[in-house]
Amino acid sequence: MESRTRRLAVSSIAALAAAALVAGCGGSGSTGSSGADGNTLTLWTHNAGNAAEYGVVKQVVKDFNASQSKYKVKIQAFPQGSYNDSVVAAASAKKLPCLLDVDGPNVPNWAWGGYLAPLDLSKGQVAVKDQLPSTVATYKGKTYGFGFYDVALTMYSRKSVLKKYDIRIPTLDKPWTKDEFSDALAKLKASGKFKNTLDLGTGDPGEWWPYAYSPLLQSFGGDLIDRSAYKTAKGALNGENAVEWGKWFRSMVTKGYAPQKSSKSPADDFRNGKTAIQWDGSWSAQANTDKFGSDLAILPPVDFGDGPKIGGASWQWGMSSTCANKEGAQAYLNFSRQTKYFVDFAKATNTIAATDAAAQQVKGYETGGQFNIFLKEAQKFAVVRPVTPAYPYISTVFSKTAMDIMAGADVKGALDQAVSQIDNNLATNNYSTGS
Amino acid sequence: MTSVSPAPAPAPAHPGRRRRPSPRRIGLQAARIALALFFSFPIVFMLVSSFKPDQQIFGDLDGIKAFLPVGHLSLDNYTGVFDRVPAVRFLLNSIGISAITVALSIFINSLAAFALSRMRWRGKKIVLTAVIATLIVPFETFALPMVWWVNKLPWLQLDGGRLIVTEGWLDTYQVQILPFVANAMFIFLFHQYFQSIPKELDEAAVLDGASWFGIYRRIVMPLSGPAIATVAILAFLPMWNAYLWPLMVVQSEDLRPVMIGIDYFVQTNPSWGEIMAYSSMITVPVLALFVAFQRAFVSSIASSGVKG
Repeated sequence: MESRTRRLAVSSIAALAAAALVAGCGGSGSTGSSGADGNTLTLWTHNAGNAAEYGVVKQVVKDFNASQSKYKVKIQAFPQGSYNDSVVAAASAKKLPCLLDVDGPNVPNWAWGGYLAPLDLSKGQVAVKDQLPSTVATYKGKTYGFGFYDVALTMYSRKSVLKKYDIRIPTLDKPWTKDEFSDALAKLKASGKFKNTLDLGTGDPGEWWPYAYSPLLQSFGGDLIDRSAYKTAKGALNGENAVEWGKWFRSMVTKGYAPQKSSKSPADDFRNGKTAIQWDGSWSAQANTDKFGSDLAILPPVDFGDGPKIGGASWQWGMSSTCANKEGAQAYLNFSRQTKYFVDFAKATNTIAATDAAAQQVKGYETGGQFNIFLKEAQKFAVVRPVTPAYPYISTVFSKTAMDIMAGADVKGALDQAVSQIDNNLATNNYSTGS
Repeated sequence: MTSVSPAPAPAPAHPGRRRRPSPRRIGLQAARIALALFFSFPIVFMLVSSFKPDQQIFGDLDGIKAFLPVGHLSLDNYTGVFDRVPAVRFLLNSIGISAITVALSIFINSLAAFALSRMRWRGKKIVLTAVIATLIVPFETFALPMVWWVNKLPWLQLDGGRLIVTEGWLDTYQVQILPFVANAMFIFLFHQYFQSIPKELDEAAVLDGASWFGIYRRIVMPLSGPAIATVAILAFLPMWNAYLWPLMVVQSEDLRPVMIGIDYFVQTNPSWGEIMAYSSMITVPVLALFVAFQRAFVSSIASSGVKG
């Protein structure tokens, strides 16, 4: 029996060796390019499960494929929640598609990491200069991405509620000051009518934290990084203004105005009447209008001293650096830059069209429309998140720090630690000057 | 020879009257019921919420209504699930991937354990130690290198009637199955169980002319029911719950498993009712399976001394 076992083992090893040899000989080998099979290009989008926006992507691709016979674009849709991980994994296997969408703040990182190639957008119908600045992603003087829309942070309340408690309704030209805001919160809290006087939406652990709360920090006069050279966060993130922001942020909980951790759906809490003022985004405007009609108050962000601020940049489109058919990818991207598609995307997503001309064609966003305030906020108050490859790291550190502060950590200590971590990361990566 | 008859049941102390349960017994039962309720709350909440509109889910959160099927109930969330996600496709994919992995896991790992446990060869202790040592490396640490590797592996494919060798397993079913077939924990489980089966049975089989594979197939495996059940369950659960690996290696929607489907609902304004409906759809089959095989599951876990 032992000899039979040996024979079995020897023949198994021989079979394995043969398979390995065949594999070594038969493999096509890595060519370093991907995403296209001849003139058939692959496009990745984060819109699986989001029928409205996905519908527009499909329409643009269908129109492009019908408009010429040379190139064909094929879509693969991924769910938003896992999209970035899928892209990073594909990049490590050198299997990126030719065309892909990317969340605006990640563009510098993906450009630095060699995932994205610079774009030539000069042949599109819409000129780049006509777009909202936050919808065009540049890195080291080159354009790597563009978006069809942007979103705006805003506060929601009800006119009847503000009127009842004798609170002035702020406007774009005269937003609330810090003192006015404090006064409004005190009055609403004293009424005892609301579970949450203010809901900052702290239940969402993702990119929402830097997107939603770094503009508040900037309105206090701080920032995530010193933007003069992008080489340190010192002073910007742990200076006097930043500490002031941290104390205010924590005080929202200690004064009982805001929950330390919001529910999973602050928008539903607002619409259920549990919340008096909600810090949210333009994407909730339509549902809130459906609920409250003309009683809905869309309020500009508070001016904490350095002017009202909101975050800028949403999903954008780019081309991979490994694309095997860059000419075809450029052709598609330029084809997509038509006003009608800017309009379609904005309508489908209830967002702000990236150009004025397109915004005028979206109901509610036209001049005088009830949502035109978002376009003006994006034009007047938007601050793009730091244009540095280190942004994903900065974002993670800021989120954790802000969570710690909200949970009661020493503000100055937490911010100093965040600065130290960010500066270390910048230094370790040679200040992202590698490519 | 003395005959043995069953002992008569003790007569009740007070015929005609039921014995009153002791306070200790009542307390224990109450504690059990409370614990059962406590652990069933999340599942009840999920099932009940799957029939409610979003606003009502959050409106009911403050009280017991969150766990009761009250208010506006409908199947709208389930309709929404099918509009948003190819749920049937994902379910079939997961069933297929999990079933094939379980079958291959039982076969391959038991064969390896058989060789390590029953056969005599030089260095088997070192091999067993090396196999067990791999248990300390968590999957997340080698997930990315493994993507690189599977992208280089060969595969045979039929192309116009010709068998050709292709490179790369990405975006296939096999990449979701084969890397998880060989499992150090399962080899160890089988090995430990096989050790408890008397070796004399092998010797008797050899005298009868049985081959090693015959001993494995006719003697050892039929006596290893609990170990097979344990491995089947422990192999099935992670495959059903697979998330990180498929999202890294699968790009085509047609090949995705159920857990990736959850991400389809994570939008800027997620529909929580639909999330609950989808979660119910992918949890209830596993729960039903567990309830059906509850006895085998508990006994196999208890006999193997392994906690999942």
